Amino acid sequence: MNPLQRYLPLVDDEEAFLEACDRPLPYSVRVNTIKTTVDRATEALDDEGVGYEQTDWNPEILRLTEGKAGTTWPYFHGWLHGQEEVSALPAIALDPQPGETVWDTCAAPGSKSTQLSALMDDEGFVVANDNSLGRLSALRHNAERLGVTNVAVTNKDARNFSLKPFDFDQFDRTLVDAPCSCEGTCRKNPDALEKWTMDHVHSVVGIQKGIIRRAIQATRPGGTVVYSTCTFAPEENEAIVNHALETEDCEVVEFDTPLETSPGITEWEDEEYHPSVEKTHRVYPHQNDTGGFFCAKLRVGGVAESEEGEA
Amino acid sequence: MSDEPSNDGQRFDRLPETAEEREVPGRATREEVLDWWNERFEIPPETFDEYTFWEKGAGKVWVLRGDTANPISVEGLGMTFLRTRQEHWKPTTNAVQRFGREATKNVVELGAEEATTFAAGEDQELDWEGDWGYLIAAHDVAGEREPIGVGLFLYGELRSTVPKGRRENLDALSE
Repeated sequence: MNPLQRYLPLVDDEEAFLEACDRPLPYSVRVNTIKTTVDRATEALDDEGVGYEQTDWNPEILRLTEGKAGTTWPYFHGWLHGQEEVSALPAIALDPQPGETVWDTCAAPGSKSTQLSALMDDEGFVVANDNSLGRLSALRHNAERLGVTNVAVTNKDARNFSLKPFDFDQFDRTLVDAPCSCEGTCRKNPDALEKWTMDHVHSVVGIQKGIIRRAIQATRPGGTVVYSTCTFAPEENEAIVNHALETEDCEVVEFDTPLETSPGITEWEDEEYHPSVEKTHRVYPHQNDTGGFFCAKLRVGGVAESEEGEA
Repeated sequence: MSDEPSNDGQRFDRLPETAEEREVPGRATREEVLDWWNERFEIPPETFDEYTFWEKGAGKVWVLRGDTANPISVEGLGMTFLRTRQEHWKPTTNAVQRFGREATKNVVELGAEEATTFAAGEDQELDWEGDWGYLIAAHDVAGEREPIGVGLFLYGELRSTVPKGRRENLDALSE
C-alpha cells in the first residue's frame, strides 16, 4: 500500500502533494558558521562555478542549482554540510543559546547536532547521542570535519538516558528528532514508501513515546523540547505530542516558521488530540518544494530559575 | 598489576595543568600542549583559554570547548586534536583546519596545483627553507589564506597526512 493515499484528506491540494512527492529533492547545503561566513562560502562556490541560490528564509541554507558541492574546496574545508532544507527547521525551533546545555537524543549522522553547535557559536555543551554504534562514526566524522568542539558523543538508548556521567543534572533544551517511518523523505528515498507498513508505525510509536518522555524529564523547568519527524503519520506526530501532554508536565508552544506550513491536526481516524497540538507544524513537500516534515515545540512545566521571584 | 595511575582507554581524563600535577606517567600536560602549539606554529596560548584538553587512548589528545566532569566515559569529547606520547607530536587535520588560521610559523603556502595534490593525500617535492617535521599546509581560497591540513616535510618532500576519509580529488583554483 502506498501510504501517501492515507494523507490525502489532510492536504489542501492532493494533486500538487502527490506530484511533489514524485519529484527528486533539490540538493541543498548549510553554511557552517563555526568555520566560515556565508560570504566566504558563497565566494568559494562562485570560484568553482557551482550555482546556488540562497533560500529566502535562511541565508545559511543554499539550494544548489548547478554542479555539486561535495567535491569542492569549501566542502573540504568544512564550510558546507549537505543538509535537506526542511531538516534545518528543528534546530531553529529549539533556538539554543551560546553557553547552554543541550541534548540531541537521536543525533546521527549529525546534521542537526552540528547545526545546534553552530547556533551556539560552538559555546556551551551539546550532548549528541545515538543508540546506533554504526551511525555514530558518521556523526563523529561530520562533527570533526565541521570543527565542532562543544560536543560530547554518547551511545545510549535515549529512553533511559542517564546524566550520571556529566557535571549537570538537567538540560536547558532537548531535541528529539525521532526515528520514524520516514515517508517525508520519499523524494530522496523512494524505498521509504515501498517498505512502509502499519506494523512498523505501531512499533516505532512506542520508541517515540519513550524518547519524548525521557527528553521532558531530563530538561529543566521552563526549558524547551522540540519533537520532529520526517513522517506525515499523525500516529507518530500529533499523537506523540498528545501522549507527552497526558503523561508529563509540559505544554505546546507556538513558534514562527519561515516556511509555509499547515497546523497540526486534532482528529485522526478514531482519535482526538488536545487542541493545543494545532500549534505544531506540518510541512508538505508541495508547500516549499522540500521533503515532508513535522515539528512541535514544548515548554517543560514548572518555574524556570530565572523567573523565580519575578511574579 | 601496578597501583600506579595509568591511562584508561575507555574514558576521557583531563590533562593535568603542569608536570607537578601529573599522576599518569607519560601523559602530556596542558602547559606542554600550549607550549607546543606556540613553539611550533606561534599560535598564542590565549587561543585556547576557553578550552580544556583530554586524553583517551594512549597519547590521543582531544580539545573541548569549556569543561566537564573529570573523568568522563563518553564516546567522543570535543574533537581530536593532537597525537602525543611519541617523539614528534602530530596535530590532526581537523585541529589544524579549526585553529591553524592563527599560525604564523611553519605554515607552507601552497599554489593551486600543489594544494590539490595535497588534498588528494599525495606527496610532492617542495622548495622549503624552514623547519623539517610537521607543517601546516595552507592555500588561498575566497580571498584569504586557509589551512588545508598537516604536512610532514622531510628531505625536500612534503608528505600529505590528510586521512583517507578526508581525501578529495579537487579542481585547482585559478590564481
